[in-house]
Amino acid sequence: MPSPRYIREIPARYRLEAGRCTECGQVVYPARKVCPSCRNQNIEKVRLSAKGTVVTSTVIHVPPDEFLNEAPYAMAVVETPEGARLMTQIVDCDPSAVLPGMLVDLEFRLVREEKKSGILCYGHKGVPAGT
Amino acid sequence: MREVAVIGTGMTRFGELWDSSLRDLSVEAALGALASAGAETLDSIYVGNMSAGQFVGQEHLGALMADYLGIKGVPGTRVESACASGGMALRSAFFEVASGMSDLVLAAGVEKMNDGADVTGVLATASDQEVEVYYGATFPGLYAMIARAHMEKYGTTVEDMSWVSVKAHRNGAKNPNAQFRRLVSLEDVMTSTMVAEPLRMLHCSPVTDGAAAVLLCPLDRAKEFTDRPVKILASGAASSTLSLTHRKDMADLDVVELSAERAYKMAGLTPGDIHLAEVHDCFAIAEICCYEALGFVERGKGKDAARDGVTDLGGKIPVNISGGLKSKGHPVGATGIAQAVTIVEQLRGEAGESQVEGARIGLAQNMGGSGASSVIHIFQGV
Repeated sequence: MPSPRYIREIPARYRLEAGRCTECGQVVYPARKVCPSCRNQNIEKVRLSAKGTVVTSTVIHVPPDEFLNEAPYAMAVVETPEGARLMTQIVDCDPSAVLPGMLVDLEFRLVREEKKSGILCYGHKGVPAGT
Repeated sequence: MREVAVIGTGMTRFGELWDSSLRDLSVEAALGALASAGAETLDSIYVGNMSAGQFVGQEHLGALMADYLGIKGVPGTRVESACASGGMALRSAFFEVASGMSDLVLAAGVEKMNDGADVTGVLATASDQEVEVYYGATFPGLYAMIARAHMEKYGTTVEDMSWVSVKAHRNGAKNPNAQFRRLVSLEDVMTSTMVAEPLRMLHCSPVTDGAAAVLLCPLDRAKEFTDRPVKILASGAASSTLSLTHRKDMADLDVVELSAERAYKMAGLTPGDIHLAEVHDCFAIAEICCYEALGFVERGKGKDAARDGVTDLGGKIPVNISGGLKSKGHPVGATGIAQAVTIVEQLRGEAGESQVEGARIGLAQNMGGSGASSVIHIFQGV
């Protein structure tokens, strides 16, 4: 990943900045220029609560090369209280226990090391709620 | 708009073709299509391809194909819509003939996946890089999440999905071009290596090299080339969220339903009029979702169809008689065209022991990403 892209994405990845439509209230993560529900272009910044509920999940046994050392790992789509959805790894638990309905907290973690550039890529991962 | 017919088909064998290059495969399929129609030349080429740039470091496939076919000066364009690239190339070729712009247009598809690339990483670029791939998502992982959502919503089981794979291999075993011409048992599927829970290896389509091509012309000229033209009744396409994460309902492939509505409307047909279909079974769960989204069974009943023989040869609506992506193989950019080749052969009555008796109307559904693109064509034997 080129470093300009990494820097551009920091607000969303480090601070969980999302966009809320000033017209219909839909919250989308990361923020976009156009609301996917009503196409309004007035979007305000909102920080997501660092928690949510697993909507669907899997355990990845065959990973891309950059995640070879981590497999098997759980991934889930998590819905935050604001109604935003994000995809993330769920860690610090048995991957098979990550199922729809599970409550998670989102913690700031190292996600991976970019192979070509050596950039350490940070973001959020889910952990079981209250741990 | 002019009526359009398929007048020739060609395809390579599908598999790990270490001795064949991207250009070898493209040329072999295209020459096959030209020869089967007895056509000497072409007006235009569309080639569906997802990722030759990443798989083998080669872009600009339109010009490459024209050059290596030896047809000087003919325009060539590559069409990309992830795994739906082939179907979208066919749609582009269909438009060019229907519009009256050109008479003889080749729709081809090719992918050379086995050449040393990180295939899992390349395929993942068809999903959302920023939202999904960054965190370690893979394609099987995304469809595994669709599977888990479908299981939650409709009570679908791993065994239900496994019957889809058993059927695929039963059909593919009879297809001389298929990558895996062998039967698998329910136990084989359910004990195969875990890829992304709950999906195992035999729920997943393989990594495949291959190419396919179809030659189109106006229906009123088709008899110059063949006694058995096949008319394209409809082309319907749609998109949905690029990221599965943003999909309102992850259990249903809304993109397939929308593209189907458009195709059925254009053809003036309903699901009950379709005699056979090739659908995009990149993973077993996708075929189950497609049964429902295409209206072949009611919502939530897709899980029973393969086990009950509804979609088997001789069933109410035979699906993936070619073996589907699972057994025939899935060279991503070629798949949409290979589906059309299968349907055309069936409607011409040339499918041998795989022939669906009395098949006159067939449907091909080709999907890109985790359900972000879908393109459907409906064909009729003339």
